[in-house]
Formats: sequence, C-alpha cells, structure tokens
Amino acid sequence: MTARVGVITFPGTLDDRDTQRAVRAAGVEAVPLWHRDKDLHQVDAVVLPGGFSYGDYLRAGAISRFSPVMGTVIEQARAGMPVLGICNGFQVLTETHLLPGAMLRNNHLHFICRDQKLRVENATTAWTSDYAQGQEISIPLKNIDGRYVADERTLDMLEAEGRVAFRYLTDGPTADGYGNPNGSLRDIAGITNEAGNVVGLMPHPEHAVEPLIGTGRTDGLGFFTSILKKLVNA
Amino acid sequence: MARVVVDVMLKPEILDPQGQAVQRALPRLGFEGIADVRQGKRFELEVEGPVDDAALARIHEMAETFLANTVIEDFTVRVDEAVRAES
Repeated sequence: MTARVGVITFPGTLDDRDTQRAVRAAGVEAVPLWHRDKDLHQVDAVVLPGGFSYGDYLRAGAISRFSPVMGTVIEQARAGMPVLGICNGFQVLTETHLLPGAMLRNNHLHFICRDQKLRVENATTAWTSDYAQGQEISIPLKNIDGRYVADERTLDMLEAEGRVAFRYLTDGPTADGYGNPNGSLRDIAGITNEAGNVVGLMPHPEHAVEPLIGTGRTDGLGFFTSILKKLVNA
Repeated sequence: MARVVVDVMLKPEILDPQGQAVQRALPRLGFEGIADVRQGKRFELEVEGPVDDAALARIHEMAETFLANTVIEDFTVRVDEAVRAES
C-alpha cells in the first residue's frame, strides 16, 4: 500500500516544496493541494507547511483558515485524519481551533532563524511515533510570530493530558544556551489534539531530512516516517 | 453610508511586546509620563443599507469569528455617529 500525504499551498506559502520533498524522502507519495480546491484528492494525511500565507495580514493564519480547502481539512481532521501544521501551518491550526491557544509576536520582536533544540514530550501521536519519549532533536526555527500563548487552564489541561508534544530545550547540560527563543508559555514548541492526529509546531522538521543541508542531521525525518508507519499499519 | 468601528485589543493578561517597545521609545523622544502602552487594531466598516440591530448582530459575529481571535483578543463594536450624521 502506498501512503499519500497532501501538502497544501496557500498564497504566500514558502515551504510547500521542501515539505513535499521531505514526505518523499520518507517513502511517502506527496500530493500537492491547492487552497481553493475543496477536494483532498484521496490523501491519507495533510501537512500545512510554513510561510507567510496572505502576508500574515490580520493575524498569521487567520485568512487561510477560511480557505475552501480548510473546510474539508477541519471536517476530516475531526474524523481522525492526521494533520501536521508547521510554523504558519501551526498558526492556521490554532486559528481553526483544532488546536487550542494562539501564536503571537516573539517577545523580543525579532525574526529568529537558527537550529533549535527540542525535546519530544509525546512520542505517541500520529506524527511522532518514530521518536523516543524525551528524545532531544535539533531542527531549524524561523519565525517572528512564534510565541505560543493560552490561558492557564488550557496550559494545565495540555500538561495533564500529555498534549505538549514538543518543548524548547532551555536548560540542562544538553541545552544550547539560547533559552526560550520567543517567550512561548511553558517553553511550548508544539502541541497535539486529544486524539493525537492533529499536531502543530513552530520549528521546521522538513528542513532537516537530508544530511547534506541544514543542520547536517536528519532529526526532522521522523515526522514523515512516523506518518508512513501510521498509514501503512492503518 | 454608515460607518461601524470595530476595535480589537489584546486581552489585558496577554503580553504586548510591541506596545512595550513603543512605551520605552517615548522618553527618548521627549514624551514623558506615559506609564504603559497597549497596541491594538481598528477596523472601519462602511456599511451598505441601514445599521439596525440585525446588521450590528452580523458585524458582531464577523468580529468574533474573523476580525478578532477571542482566545487572545477582546473587541468592541460601535456605530460612528459623526459619519452617520453627515450622510
């Protein structure tokens, strides 16, 4: 069986091609999807890639959230289809309320672009099963609206239910010394929904899948091999 | 044509680093005595037809679902009476 993963392009999306490439690197068929097309073309999962859809006008992800394709994505995600939102894609997912909380301007107001260490806090989601619980990975982070916020009750709920999927590694002997990169509450880099099929994070796994470029590591490949296993075993 | 104004502000508990940056710049520019600045968004909507309760209810719905993200922002809706009087 061949798994098919759709990658949506919105006006202003930047990382759709890299994401398609990462999907293929894991041995999965990548299907380009267009924001105005409601049809998901029989894909088994969807990735919302990074970029600046609609120029981040109004709020990052706020306009894309109402695109025709997202109507279908929201419906299918609620029915259990795996969805991964990276960076701007994560912002779109919080705007749809498929994931709780919201993304705001980095606390230091600067665009940030660097390799970022993360700890995988939940290795049971559709997109993280190929990682070990607590595994430390390094993948690129590049954004200005990366500060995750939610009210205390929501944060406590996320922690209690194990729904913080990734945390920025800010202390301990293996931390990179940069600290929290953007003021995200409780160092949250990514979260999952209750069912574990919808995951969003700010850093970019699709930029760390080939040893030749980027970090020189392939720490991001696990997202795409995880979904392959999930779909093939389904 | 009547104008309806929607003001969107970050909730009080949400950190506003842009407002803080503006506040910190003020003394340098010779503007003293401003203890805090919060930055928000203002939308001016030119409404076709009467601004009755039904129209305002629709605008309220628009603000709640689209113009503001109520996870992090509060909004107010008001009719700009000056524009209404002119028209």
